[in-house]
Amino acid sequence: MPWRNDTGDVVTVQPLRAPGYLALALLGVALAAGFLPVLWMGARQGAGAADPYILRVLRFTLLQAGLSTLLSIIGGLLLARALARRQAFPGRDFVLRLLNLPLALPSIVVIIGIIEVYGRKGWLGGAFSIYGLQGILLAHVFFNVPLAARLLLAELERVPAESWKLAAQLGFQTADIWRVVEWPQLRAGLPGIALLIFLLCASSFAVVLTLGGGPGATTLEVAIYQALRADFDPQRAVMLALVQFLLCGSLVLLAQRWGGLMGTRASGATAARRYDARRGVAIIIDAGLIALGLILLLPPLLAIIISGASAIHADATLLRASVTSLLLGSASAAMAFLLAWPLAQLAARSDAWRRGSGLAVLAAWIVPPAVLATGWFITFIAHASSTALAASLVVAMNGLMALPFVFQPLSTAIAQAASAHDRLCLGLGLSGFGRFWQIDLPALKRPIGLSLVMGLILSLGDLTAISLFGTQDFMTLPSLIYRQMGSYRFDAAVGTALILGILVLALSSLSERWSRPR
Amino acid sequence: MIRLADVTFRYEDMEMYFDAVFTAASFTAIIGPSGGGKSTLLNLIAGFEVPQSGRVLIGTQDVTALPPDQRPVNMIFQDNNVFGHLDVWTNVALGISPRLALSAEDRERIDTALADVGLVSFKQRKPDELSGGERQRVAVARALVRDRPVLLLDEPFAALGPALRRDMLDLVTAMQKARRLTVVMVSHQPEDAQYAASHTAYLEAGRIVALRPTAELFAATDIPGLAAYLGDWRSIGQ
Repeated sequence: MPWRNDTGDVVTVQPLRAPGYLALALLGVALAAGFLPVLWMGARQGAGAADPYILRVLRFTLLQAGLSTLLSIIGGLLLARALARRQAFPGRDFVLRLLNLPLALPSIVVIIGIIEVYGRKGWLGGAFSIYGLQGILLAHVFFNVPLAARLLLAELERVPAESWKLAAQLGFQTADIWRVVEWPQLRAGLPGIALLIFLLCASSFAVVLTLGGGPGATTLEVAIYQALRADFDPQRAVMLALVQFLLCGSLVLLAQRWGGLMGTRASGATAARRYDARRGVAIIIDAGLIALGLILLLPPLLAIIISGASAIHADATLLRASVTSLLLGSASAAMAFLLAWPLAQLAARSDAWRRGSGLAVLAAWIVPPAVLATGWFITFIAHASSTALAASLVVAMNGLMALPFVFQPLSTAIAQAASAHDRLCLGLGLSGFGRFWQIDLPALKRPIGLSLVMGLILSLGDLTAISLFGTQDFMTLPSLIYRQMGSYRFDAAVGTALILGILVLALSSLSERWSRPR
Repeated sequence: MIRLADVTFRYEDMEMYFDAVFTAASFTAIIGPSGGGKSTLLNLIAGFEVPQSGRVLIGTQDVTALPPDQRPVNMIFQDNNVFGHLDVWTNVALGISPRLALSAEDRERIDTALADVGLVSFKQRKPDELSGGERQRVAVARALVRDRPVLLLDEPFAALGPALRRDMLDLVTAMQKARRLTVVMVSHQPEDAQYAASHTAYLEAGRIVALRPTAELFAATDIPGLAAYLGDWRSIGQ
């Protein structure tokens, strides 16, 4: 926002560029340390190293991600339309909040709930096996139907009030409304949403690690982990990593061209009133669909609470894992914040920085965690392994993974503060630390808190980084849960999952309070 | 004729009461402060709102319980009168059949309506290739093919410049005269009322304070609130 002073020169607030360049440089080093060894070793091995195993893993990755996306979109579409048509019913708010839950909770916690209900000894008595493709699909549908429903509902709520009035006046029937109003509105958002879900499923780690079955049902992300940690086969990890990078990197770049993965697409304003679907049949159909949604969502979440409450083993291991989780999570959040802050400051005042930062913070999406880990593993772990090194790699990885979610609220708030205060501060000659202390900090307290909590929540739920770098005596809550699952102590795993779930939900209710406008 | 008989309607904490007659083939402008219930009045006639008590009659028919599509009413809004992904011709055709089941005669009527509003060469265009005024003409063309005796206009030309607004008012007035429509138009521009409306109503706080022939209403000094609403406009505008 340039303005002119008395002598007619254009004056703008120019935050220091150095911290921004430093942040970009650190990101560059982290990416290079992860990616260059992969590229280097991959180039030396040549394409001939692409053995049938890798092709099989790639095929399964695409198959499960494609099917998961298809099922999630279909389910999300039906649920979103039902919720859009039923604008007021008792418990609607509750259903909408429930839709946020699967992705707000750490994935390992949700998986525990799913196994508790559908597993061999679960509530349903093991009606079908949840291991292999069907288990992965079930879990991905559980995560992504609510996500798709929320995003598609937001699309539908953007239909202008006049369109609903016109539809009513012109006598549109259900099919006409779908053809002329609903579908054209949904079609615009659908490719971006489908791409996001495909990306989440293609790089999902915890689900495939816990529910996948052997080499026939594994994905690139998990196969990399197995190559590094179980088979000690860095060559194979490198080839897998290259394939995974090509897949995810191109998907992220594609998504950026279609409006971005991190776009603010949640619904904001109250939706315009609709006049359709007032008859009994429509009400019964919608109620049925919403009930189906609840039948999908509620049991695993209830299972964690009911079975978990009586299974908490408050021992030293649990305590140590909790402390480790909180320490690592805080460090990751702080790291992500320190990278995001200077970038957000510059992005608020320059288009070039905004575009650049928007892409830079997606580093760990473009180069997926397992790919980065492969390079870091070769660079660092192969030479000297220690708990301190492992901890710093976990923190760095989690920081990178949380970066977009830390950057998003921060950059929005700083951009607002910049447009509100920049001219005034220039006029008053307020800059540097004085400005930060007196102007920015009071205005940005909540966004700063929000972005730190977001970073903490994401890191607390991480199973990827800790699996790749963790050791026997270096465990977080998610890796403790995974360990307990594997050592036939499933009830203890449910108890630990409940504790982790409560911790994360407490933090996200705090973040929700901070994200509401005052 | 449109008649609102002892109609009460509650919106948030405003209690509205309407008891009025808009005579057949008249053109009534509704003016008054924002939030006073002008759009609600139109919504009650169109059937987008249902009164808590009282009746709405159009001609001799009690329409109080009828859904919007069964009322003899067309309504044009300030914005979003067209569906963005459909071309001009299809947008007009929806006025005849939502399923676009059209006879040869229907197609001819659509072409005639488009010619009447001056959009004959725009048939294939999408709304985002049109100006704001042209988009409103599409809505007028759709009202022409739907051919209902009541036309409601909710600040339809507020976003247009003065010259364009005059053109649109001329278009609507010609249509009203040719088809003997009963027109009710909400407007924020007193000069629009003076230019086009045979009658003008002053509406404030959910009540129609006065409904008179336009010239009389603007000359009146006995209408509470009107002078404050118009402010200096009368002395400057006349």
